[in-house]
Amino acid sequence: MDITKRAKLMDKFMTGVFYVVAGFFLLLLVAFAGYVIGKGFKGFTPSLLSFSEEGIGNQLFNTLYLVVLALLISVPLGIAAGIYMAEYAKPGRFTKFLRICIETLSSLPSIVVGLFGYLVFIVLVGARWNLMSGALAVSILNLPLIATTTEDALRSLPKGYKQGSFGLGATHWETISKVMIPACLPRIVTGIILAAGRVFGEAAALLYTAGMSTDINWSRVWKLNSPVSPLNPFRPGETLSLHIWASRTEALAPNAEQIANFSAAVLLILVFSFSIGARILSRRIDKKMTGSK
Amino acid sequence: MERKNLFFKEHFFRGLITVCGGFVIVLTLAIGAFLLYKGLGTFTTYGHNPLEFFFSSEWDPVDGIEGGGKVGAAIYIFGSISTCALALLIAAPFSFGAAIFMTEIAPKLGTKILQPVVELFVGIPSVVYGWVGMTVLVPAIRDLFDLKHGYSVLAAGIVLAVMIFPTITTVAADALRSVPKDYRKAAYGLGATRWQVTYQVVLPAAKSGILTGIVLGLARAFGEALAVAMVIGKTRAFPTSILSPTTNLTAAIASDMGGAMEGGEYNMALWTMALLLFLISLGFIFLIHCISARSERELSGKENEKRKATK
Repeated sequence: MDITKRAKLMDKFMTGVFYVVAGFFLLLLVAFAGYVIGKGFKGFTPSLLSFSEEGIGNQLFNTLYLVVLALLISVPLGIAAGIYMAEYAKPGRFTKFLRICIETLSSLPSIVVGLFGYLVFIVLVGARWNLMSGALAVSILNLPLIATTTEDALRSLPKGYKQGSFGLGATHWETISKVMIPACLPRIVTGIILAAGRVFGEAAALLYTAGMSTDINWSRVWKLNSPVSPLNPFRPGETLSLHIWASRTEALAPNAEQIANFSAAVLLILVFSFSIGARILSRRIDKKMTGSK
Repeated sequence: MERKNLFFKEHFFRGLITVCGGFVIVLTLAIGAFLLYKGLGTFTTYGHNPLEFFFSSEWDPVDGIEGGGKVGAAIYIFGSISTCALALLIAAPFSFGAAIFMTEIAPKLGTKILQPVVELFVGIPSVVYGWVGMTVLVPAIRDLFDLKHGYSVLAAGIVLAVMIFPTITTVAADALRSVPKDYRKAAYGLGATRWQVTYQVVLPAAKSGILTGIVLGLARAFGEALAVAMVIGKTRAFPTSILSPTTNLTAAIASDMGGAMEGGEYNMALWTMALLLFLISLGFIFLIHCISARSERELSGKENEKRKATK
C-alpha cells in the first residue's frame, strides 16, 4: 500500500475514532443527568418536600439562604477587588503579588478552605457550627471568581466609555460608578450567577463550618435571636449537598436513600438552571454588544 | 462645597477599593499562615520527623496533647497520588479526543452541542458524583469483578476522571482553537490529511495549552474530597491492585477532623495533611506559570530567528 492511501485510510479511521469518543461522552453525560434526575423523581411523594426529617424542605431553605448570605459577602468584596485591579492598580510588585494571591485563592482545595473556616470562624470565635461561618468560607471560594470576572468585564469595555466620561469632566470614581460599572453590569451578573451555582454544590468547605444538622422551628421566623429561627444566620444549617454526604452513612429517616436521590436531582436541576441562565444572559449581552441578530 | 465633596468622594472610594484589594492579599496570607502554623505543629510541637510523615505508613496519632503517636501518612499520600494518576490516565485520552472533535473534526457540532454540555458538567456538585459513584459504580464494580465490596481505587479513579474530564477538555479545546489558521492551511497545502495536520501540526503547536489543562485537571483531582471519600473505601492499607480499597489525604481530613481534639496530635497531623494539599496546589500554579513562560520563550525565540533570517 502506498503512503498516500495509508494516510487517507488512517485519516478516515481517526475521524471515526473521534466521532465515537465525542458521541460516547455526549451519551454518558446525558445519561448521567437523566439517571440522576429520573431516579430522584421516581416514587416522588409530596412529603419529600416537607420541612421535616422525611423531606428536604429545611435543607433546600438552608441552601438558598446560604447562597444569599455568601453572595452578600463576596459580591461587594469581589467587585471592589476587580475594580481595583482593572482601574487603580499600578503595574508593580504589589499588583503582581495580588494577582498571585487571587490565583492561589481560586485553586485552593475546598476542604482546605473549610478547615481554615473551621479554625477561624468556629474554634477561634468559640461558636458552634453556624450558617454564617459557612457563608464566609464559601465566600473565600467565590471571591476570586467574582473579582476576575469584574476585572475582565471592565477591561473589555471600549476605551471610549472612559474617555467620554473624562471628557465631560467626571472624576475617576464617577466614571467607574456611573459609566463603567453600569456598562458591564450584565457581564458581572453572569459571573455572579455562575458563582451562586457553585455555592449550591459546595460541600467540603461547609462540612466543618455550616454543620451537618438543622433544627428549624418555622413558627419562629421573625425571632432572629432564637436558635431555631430559620432566618437566624448563627444556627447550624445543613445544606442539600451536605445532606447527601450525611445520608451515605447516617440514615436518620427510613427513606434516607430516596431522600438522597431526590436531593441529588434537585441539586442538579438548580445547578443546571443557574448555569444555563448565565449562558443565555451572556449570549444576549454578546448580541447586544456586537449588534448582530 | 460641591467640588470639595466630589474630591472627598473620589479619595474615599479610591481608598475603600484599595483596601478591598489589599484584603484579598491579607486573606491569602492569613490562610497560608494559619496552615503553616497548624501544619508544622506536628514537627515542632510534637517533634516528629518530616521523613516519618512522608515515608512511614504507621498512622496512629494520639487524640490529645500528650503526643507520642505515629504520624506516617504515606498511605494517604500514596492513595491521593494513585487515584489522581488513574483518573488522569482515564480522562486525558478522552478529553483530547473530545477537544479535537470540537475544534478540528466538527466545529459546528462541537460548539453548538458538545461544548455547552461539557461546560454544564463543570458545575455538577462533587457530592452528586460521589453519590452516583457510591450507588451505581461501586455495586457495578463489585459484581463485575466478583469482589466483597466495590469500594476501590478504580471507583475513585473513574469518579475523578468524570469530574476532571470537562476541565481538561475546555482548556485543551481553547488551546487547539488558538493555534493560528495559517498552520493548518500550510499543512493542508502540502497535501497532508486532516489527521496528519492534527497530529503533526496542531497538537504540537497547542502543547503548552494542553499541558496547562492537564495540570488544572490534576489540581482539581487532588483537592477533591467528598466524592472520593464516598467511593474509596477508607481502608488504611496500601492498595494491592486497582481493585482494592485504600484511603487518601482529603478523605482523612473530611472524615476525621470533626472528632479530633483541637490542638491534639491527631488534629495537628490532619492539619499537616491540609498544609500538604495547600503546597501541592501552589506547586500546580507554579507549574502552570513555568509552562506558559516556556511557551512564550519558545515563541519569542522563533520570532527572533525569523527577524535574523529576514536581515
